[in-house]
Amino acid sequence: MAEALLEVRRLSRRFAAVDALQAVDLIVETGELHALIGPNGAGKTTFIQQVSGALQPDSGSVFFAGRDLTRLSMHQRVAAGMARSYQISNVFLGLSALDNVALAVQGRQDAGSSFRFWQPVRREQRLFDEARDCLEEVGLAARSDRVAGNLAHGEQRALELAMALATRPKLLLLDEPMAGTGPEESERMVELIARVARQVTILLVEHDMDAVFRLADRISVLLNGRLIATGTAEAVRADPEVRRAYLGDHL
Amino acid sequence: MAFYQPARYQKPVAGALLLALIALPPALTALGQEFYIGFATRLLIFALAASSLNLVLGFGGMFSLGHAAFFGAGAYAAAICMRAGISEALLVLPLAMLVAGALALLVGAISLRTRGVYFIMITLAFAQMAYYLFVSARAWGGDDGLPLPGRMTLAGLSLGSDSALFYAALGCLALAVVFLGSLAGARFGRTIQAIRENETRMEALGYPVFRYRLVCFVLGGALAGLAGALLANLTGLASPNLLQWTQSGTLLVMVIIGGVGYLYGGVVGAVVLLSLEEVLSGFTLHWPIGLGLLLLGIVLLAPRGVAALFGKTGG
Repeated sequence: MAEALLEVRRLSRRFAAVDALQAVDLIVETGELHALIGPNGAGKTTFIQQVSGALQPDSGSVFFAGRDLTRLSMHQRVAAGMARSYQISNVFLGLSALDNVALAVQGRQDAGSSFRFWQPVRREQRLFDEARDCLEEVGLAARSDRVAGNLAHGEQRALELAMALATRPKLLLLDEPMAGTGPEESERMVELIARVARQVTILLVEHDMDAVFRLADRISVLLNGRLIATGTAEAVRADPEVRRAYLGDHL
Repeated sequence: MAFYQPARYQKPVAGALLLALIALPPALTALGQEFYIGFATRLLIFALAASSLNLVLGFGGMFSLGHAAFFGAGAYAAAICMRAGISEALLVLPLAMLVAGALALLVGAISLRTRGVYFIMITLAFAQMAYYLFVSARAWGGDDGLPLPGRMTLAGLSLGSDSALFYAALGCLALAVVFLGSLAGARFGRTIQAIRENETRMEALGYPVFRYRLVCFVLGGALAGLAGALLANLTGLASPNLLQWTQSGTLLVMVIIGGVGYLYGGVVGAVVLLSLEEVLSGFTLHWPIGLGLLLLGIVLLAPRGVAALFGKTGG
């Protein structure tokens, strides 16, 4: 078995009387693209929030590259090599695409301190060169000077991905990257994610089942806060409990 | 909003203005209007205080209603220093900044854990606590404030004349504006402006948001302390009124009139507000009504502040 990059142990979280997550165990192996699926309200977003550090779990722990990150804040987890994208495009709409990515490069530990009060960022060629490379990677090079607010929806999603990549993560948490995209855009997004997956381990939360079955090496299924199955696409597709949860709709 | 970017003609205009200001004291003296040198000094000092709040509010996005605490702390620090016999500005001013900055560190470390209306309330509460502390401190003059034994000296030269103090205040303001201008385009400035826009995203890019906010808050506090020390020298008194919440409100009004997040927002706001006050109070005792109407007009016609009419923001 490959090495575990992310290991989540018995993660639990209650909201008032609702058990959003009940003792979820999940392992993402180095190099794989692991998809997390489940009907609405299954706890996928809660799970991503807790893995990324936006929410603290009630109990359970998150190990990353052998290190216990459970009590670390979000920015410390990013520094450890875990980046996330957001379900709703979460880019700086007033800034150019290039400035957005440059900001992500600047935030990285190896890019040096940002407690610099004198030297204009405009002269830090290295930040922008690297930002251009990231935009190139997601196919936005031609759009680098465009203000993010004026980009098409699919382009904003790609920009979101470029910013996450600019932090040079070991693990990418993608929260519904296909959300709200049209068929053409989502086709391009699938190709993009497949390309990125060759370099980075990915945990993908997605509603689009076509995309999930095309991309994922392994799939985990959440239902009512419990993990009911983990395995290859075929194994998950054949699982009777999973079939019952989805009533056969999408599978 | 995007990152602050200076307008193209900003530097030459600022340079011309600086030259005009340098020529102001001799011009006023020649016209026999020396009284206005003191008034102009007051403008410069409040421009500095409002600019320090603009760093916190405009660039850092922190709506502090307790900024006067740092302004007042600087004034008292200068007064206490000078009563103890230290009157060299090169010692007094850094000390005042240090004291105000330390107070901002304490207030910020606690209040920056809250957001929104709670942040407004907790900064207000801290400032009022500081106010009552100084009002009730008999050793520091209580209600009456703490008179200064004289004025500072700068590298041995007396700042006793109004012109000399004017130049000292002008120098401090010019240095502060240059510092803030470079900060805005440097890594730190871009970081805090991005945090103002979307702090969760910045946290998710690996930025320790709290630390950047705190440093911004402390820098703002220290600059306010510098302004406070200068004002105490102008008026000859460190008064507890400097710490009152109405003073914080005045600084906020200046920044909002001038332009939140614009380099010259604080300067423009201070000049507009204090000049209006000066002119209108010459006509009638009920000048605050006229001032209110004018402010209403400014906010309606230039909702992003007067400086926004000239400056711009861009990527």
